[in-house]
Amino acid sequence: MDKIRVVHYINQFFAGIGGEEKADIPPEIRPGTVGPGSALQAGLGDEYEVVATAICGDSHFGAHMDEDTETLLNMIAEYKPQLFVAGPAFNAGRYGVACGNIAKSVEEKFNIPVITGMYQENPGVDMFRKDLFIIKTGDSAADMRKSMPKMAALAKKLYECGGKVEGIGSPEEEGYHERGIRVNYFADTRGSERGIQMLLKKMAKQPFQTEYPMPVFDRVPPAAPVTDMKHAKIAVVTSGGIVPQGNPDHIESSSATKWGKYSIEGMDHMDKKDFMTIHGGYDRAFVTEDPDLVVPLDVLRELEKEGEFGELANYFITTTGTGTSTGNAKRFGEEFVPKLLEDNITAVILTST
Amino acid sequence: MVKEIERAGIPVVHMCTVVPISKTIGANRIIPAIGIPYPLGDPHLGEEGSYKLRMKLVKRALKALQTPVDGQTVFETDDF
Repeated sequence: MDKIRVVHYINQFFAGIGGEEKADIPPEIRPGTVGPGSALQAGLGDEYEVVATAICGDSHFGAHMDEDTETLLNMIAEYKPQLFVAGPAFNAGRYGVACGNIAKSVEEKFNIPVITGMYQENPGVDMFRKDLFIIKTGDSAADMRKSMPKMAALAKKLYECGGKVEGIGSPEEEGYHERGIRVNYFADTRGSERGIQMLLKKMAKQPFQTEYPMPVFDRVPPAAPVTDMKHAKIAVVTSGGIVPQGNPDHIESSSATKWGKYSIEGMDHMDKKDFMTIHGGYDRAFVTEDPDLVVPLDVLRELEKEGEFGELANYFITTTGTGTSTGNAKRFGEEFVPKLLEDNITAVILTST
Repeated sequence: MVKEIERAGIPVVHMCTVVPISKTIGANRIIPAIGIPYPLGDPHLGEEGSYKLRMKLVKRALKALQTPVDGQTVFETDDF
């Protein structure tokens, strides 16, 4: 039986050509294994043969990405690969990006299974985790002895299942960087039972594995409190969908893509003749009658008059919160915050329905 | 929006009806509001009652803005 043909990609350092001073060598290919290729061959076993090793200097690749990819693809094509392995790159950034690029291009061009390996902080991980199986490695070549067998094992598995995602276990089982792919499978126990088991483990403060990880939101440390409220300038921001009658800027009733800034200069409350709500996520009857329920202008004017704080900004900022992506909400903030800073706003009251 | 305001160093108090959402997105000073269709006030209390309730909540907001916090803090009462 013919052996399964494997091509391996490594950089100038692992090819033994040289370190940083040789990082500008152009692409080349050599028959058989080079450097860590022998460990790859050992891990793959007798049914596989590393037929060639493609090599490129990290800087050269970084500076001529498209050109070098093309050159390497042509070189690799001559060896008719059935499986492709790049790296591992550990924590070497340029090398990681090169491995990711080459592996992705090989997969697209030859439609064969590809795999690479990197340390979690390698920028190549975030660039290619959605496209590729990237085995988790240590941060330096000292981890080669452990990394290469893992890469070889998953490479074999990938080849055997025809490169299909469904044939591969979870990131934890196989040791690769999470790709954000949800895979259907038949569980032994039904959802309610699995849920209760998770809850019991959580209550017992034992580790448990969620089946549906929530997105991770970044955190901002609290700003320092206002020390001189008597001279503070307060602005109101709302996601409650209050706009001037007629909604002049056409802010959406849900899934907003824009925000508005409207004057409240000289007004002592939010008059329903002037303002309306366009928010599609709550019963608008009460707020239509009294928009102060969302933008508390009446009490703020009272408190301003009493000297409880310095002054109220002569506008409020508004959008619709319902269905609006956190990405858009973040953008709104990025867009209006410079205005708040320019106007020397001391503090903000943000109301949400 | 709360986080972008705070990221610029401007303290912000989030007056919101659904506190768990506010906590999830990362507001640091949170005041639970009254109801989804009437966060600041309660039309069932009449105009004056609703106004008084709103006054109480906004005063609490100004106080929260003057209060140092270490992390996410929900101001449930005026007693802080």
